[in-house]
Amino acid sequence: MPLANHPPATANIAALKARAKSMRRHVLTMARGPGQGYVGQGLGISDALAALYFHEMRWDPADLKATDRDRFLLSTGHYSIALWAALAEAGVIPLDELVTYGADDSRLEMSTLDTTPGVEMIGGSLGHGLGQAIGMALGLRLASSPARIFCELSDGEMQEGSTWEAAMAAGHFHLDNLVALIDCNGIQADGPVVLDMEPVADKWRAFGFAMQEVDGNDMAAVVAALEQARATEGKPHAIVLRTRPGHGVPTLVAREKAHFVRVEADEWDALLNELERTEADHG
Amino acid sequence: MAERSFTQAMGRDEATGGRATVDAPFGNTLVEIAKTRSDIVGLTADLGKYTDILPFRDAHPERFFNVGMAEQNLVAVAAGLARTGLVPFATTYGVFASRRAFDFIAIACAHSNLPVKIVAGLPGLTTGYGGTHQAIEDTGLMRLIPDLVVIDPCDATEIAAATRTAAAHPGPVYMRLLRGKVPVVFEPEGFEFTIGKARLVREGTDVGFISTGFMTERALDAAAALEKRGISAGVLHVPTLKPFDEEAVIRFASSVEHLVTAENHVVRGGLGSLVAETLFDAGVTTRLQRIGLPDRYIECGSVPTLQKRYGLMMDDLVAAATRGQT
Repeated sequence: MPLANHPPATANIAALKARAKSMRRHVLTMARGPGQGYVGQGLGISDALAALYFHEMRWDPADLKATDRDRFLLSTGHYSIALWAALAEAGVIPLDELVTYGADDSRLEMSTLDTTPGVEMIGGSLGHGLGQAIGMALGLRLASSPARIFCELSDGEMQEGSTWEAAMAAGHFHLDNLVALIDCNGIQADGPVVLDMEPVADKWRAFGFAMQEVDGNDMAAVVAALEQARATEGKPHAIVLRTRPGHGVPTLVAREKAHFVRVEADEWDALLNELERTEADHG
Repeated sequence: MAERSFTQAMGRDEATGGRATVDAPFGNTLVEIAKTRSDIVGLTADLGKYTDILPFRDAHPERFFNVGMAEQNLVAVAAGLARTGLVPFATTYGVFASRRAFDFIAIACAHSNLPVKIVAGLPGLTTGYGGTHQAIEDTGLMRLIPDLVVIDPCDATEIAAATRTAAAHPGPVYMRLLRGKVPVVFEPEGFEFTIGKARLVREGTDVGFISTGFMTERALDAAAALEKRGISAGVLHVPTLKPFDEEAVIRFASSVEHLVTAENHVVRGGLGSLVAETLFDAGVTTRLQRIGLPDRYIECGSVPTLQKRYGLMMDDLVAAATRGQT
């Protein structure tokens, strides 16, 4: 992860899968305290965040404000549980702090504020991420920085008009230092996606993005898509990640039809055991 | 038949006559600042021509971004630029900044105290277009946002100074813009703008005007007219609506018999409200009249017609002050 020699020429897919599995353990550990949380989203996006934080991004956990660091923007602030898992896995957040997720006065909020180390913007007011990513990409380009911006957003979030204001500008400014990662997990607050956003890829392509679409729970496919984005110049990139909420824990996959799921207190050990037994990654 | 006045399509000058003017004080000052400040960047949402920022674009094209008609994105992009260490000045009209981009100013900028400067054209009744373009409630909306500095400058001198101060301020700023040929009310020599400080621009003992924006020019003219009638009128200019100089307002209110607030903005939620709540909280009971816009949408019309119709003229201030002399 040091800024100098990253990303490595070849990805160790098995090691990244192990990272993602460890992050999923963290997600379950966090959600256990409040007995609820955005577990489905957290488990679903873990593979992509593992690929970013432990392979693709140039960043240093010991120097979170380094000028030329790559930045990850979590536009869906309620996915914070996955970001805390990644930061804990990287050593930025102590593992024994994870149980404070969602507790009063904890740094590990259910929706991100930028006061927690490693958080690059305030997420959660959906439709904010991509525009701020563009500002950062323009600013870093102006400074001739090699840094890149990775902005997560979601299928439901595409319903916010500001997302498309930003998409227009990204194409216009040819921001090839920007990668939009669109988590399409098919759920939003009122249940399954309430306003059809398909065809997602065609929309982004039409706005001037170099477009890829992959199984977001297939580590090798996610890594390959990131590598291809890195190699393509002159356009912003968008990667549609088709993910399954609750991925890695079959019971939760079956249950995660809802945006915000409740798990009973006596279920957590069984879910953890399930995670350990399950080969989470298709790749 | 009386001569007709016509709405001017995108009229560009604020000058109302009588005083010397300066051309595009905001944009030209920004160019000056940017000569030594490589961190200054400019943005607009397809209103560069009408917000005086084109001198900056022409001087520093690589540091200027036109994001098209997209005010949410204008502010979001400015926030992102600020997070890379830059100091963005983003221009649009006040209606679009304060209404369409409110959430972005509040969350993307002010919540993290980022140094984003929003420069907002067409304040109050400076356009003949109706409710779509007249920013009559913008400073009221903006002053509800924590940590946001809200400025309604009086003239060319103050716009130039406030632009310099905003550029040096580490947090977010919302500044109303007077554009085109802007009158000079304050002597530029030695003029400095301090955020949160009111300016006692004329001493008086009978009546006291508390004014903001270009209404201070009219308050000064009204005070001069009142002097000829033997009425001593003071003027406290309050360019910063947030943070609000409560101490200066209380002190000034205690030094006169009768107060008149004057603003190019709705009274409810604007300067008039601020003064009333400040004095009430402090237990000051000086009689208070409030001049400004009503709580309603205002029609289209020529700017002079509208300003007369809604009581923003010097004569209206004189009348209010005189009514107070019972």
